[in-house]
Amino acid sequence: MPSSVALTVARYRPERESEPTFQTYEIPFRKDWVVLDALNHVKDSLDGSLSFRWSCRMGVCGSCGMKVNGTPKLTCATFLSDYLPGPIRVEPLDYFPVVRDLVVDLTDFMRKLKQVKPWIIRKEEKAPGEGEYLQTPDQLDTYKQFSMCINCMLCYSACPIYGLEPSFIGPAAIALAQRYNMDSRDEGAAERLKILSEHDGIWQCTFVGECTKVCPKHVDPAGAIQQYKLTGATNWVKSLLLPWGTR
Amino acid sequence: MERITPLLWLLFSAGGTVAALLFPVHFFLTGLAFPLGWLEAPSHESLNRLLTHPVTRLYLFILISLPLFHWAHRFRYTLYDGLQLKHLTVLIAVLCYGAALAGTAMAAYLLWNIS
Amino acid sequence: MSAEPHYTLYHPRWYRRRVSVWWWLQKRSYTGFVLRELTSIFVAFFAVVYLWQLRALTQGPEAYEQFLARLTTPLFLALDTVAFLFVLFHAITWFNLTPKAMVVRWRGKRVPDWLILGLNYAAWLVLSGAVAFVLLRG
Repeated sequence: MPSSVALTVARYRPERESEPTFQTYEIPFRKDWVVLDALNHVKDSLDGSLSFRWSCRMGVCGSCGMKVNGTPKLTCATFLSDYLPGPIRVEPLDYFPVVRDLVVDLTDFMRKLKQVKPWIIRKEEKAPGEGEYLQTPDQLDTYKQFSMCINCMLCYSACPIYGLEPSFIGPAAIALAQRYNMDSRDEGAAERLKILSEHDGIWQCTFVGECTKVCPKHVDPAGAIQQYKLTGATNWVKSLLLPWGTR
Repeated sequence: MERITPLLWLLFSAGGTVAALLFPVHFFLTGLAFPLGWLEAPSHESLNRLLTHPVTRLYLFILISLPLFHWAHRFRYTLYDGLQLKHLTVLIAVLCYGAALAGTAMAAYLLWNIS
Repeated sequence: MSAEPHYTLYHPRWYRRRVSVWWWLQKRSYTGFVLRELTSIFVAFFAVVYLWQLRALTQGPEAYEQFLARLTTPLFLALDTVAFLFVLFHAITWFNLTPKAMVVRWRGKRVPDWLILGLNYAAWLVLSGAVAFVLLRG
């Protein structure tokens, strides 16, 4: 085990450069350290000017997504020991504008997430006195996987379609829309269909499958999108054959 | 164009399934085994006999037409994404689906007019 | 490298990287994806070959013999070999993706992926056998 490892970090300081550069730091190697620990060491002891996002440091908040050696990862879940002998390259997520160093702007995703209405939509809500909405374990199983999304944006960073076509609504947004479409308590599938079946909705996806590969919570957004394509297409056929019965 | 995207995707899926299930065996026989003499090719008469059945003609129509639409849809997106030819998107779509339609029409014409 | 900060309307200029036209060569999985998509060309190639065979059949025995002779030329044999490999690649990747795209629920539980995959390959075998039988019995 080496005593130290090199960390090559992307820097971007708009007040003094117009293009990102790289800066290498020699950090102590600890076998239980993750990349986030290394970055925090840099910020605490070597270079306080390094900017990056992090929060829970245990893989549930989705804040610390960055590219490690070219692959989008949660830095709180990426062990230094897997990247020996180094150097380990840390860069901001692809396809999002870089604000500073390793910080990217996520406004685009936030806007798209709102568009798919990620909440239970019902025509009539039950009054609290009437009790809960009941759901069997099998009904929960149909959407549970998609509810695991922590909005970490690794999938957007892996999706080449999102890189080529920034207006593409993207894997996480569609997976979350599916999470609600498949929820037995939800009645809003028709409302979400409108935004999802637009040109920049599900039909942009060509099932590259990279999103599912990098997802740290095993949400399988690629699967969600393909399943939704089938639903969307059958709905379309139904609306064509039975125009009066569209719900 | 947008309003028929679900239809184009369904054709793409159907064509892909037909191609995946049936093309390997057909291609192996027609493209390799028969020309190389590994297996005996069916004679002109036996093929014509098969063609008299309407089921054969329907089968051949599906075998030719659906994979063409599979190619059209997939290739269109490959050009659009792979080569970033966004400004030619309408032209690409017209050429791809047009070619698939032309192949389909020709197959339909040939199969319909078999005496 | 300038000393002045670049400001847009409300904040310093964000850096936006342009996606290279060679994006698909930068990662092995991207290249694999593009190869998978390119299989569609060979699928279309075979559809055209079959259309051509159909036309030759309808034009009479001489035209059909000419067609068969064409297929034995080295050019076509080479083309057919390459195309066949790509069509196989299409079939395998297509079957591997089917369980993700088609979720079948049987009595409330999701049918496992390996079963869907197995059923696809079984259908492939059965259909291939049937086609071979029809074409080889003469």
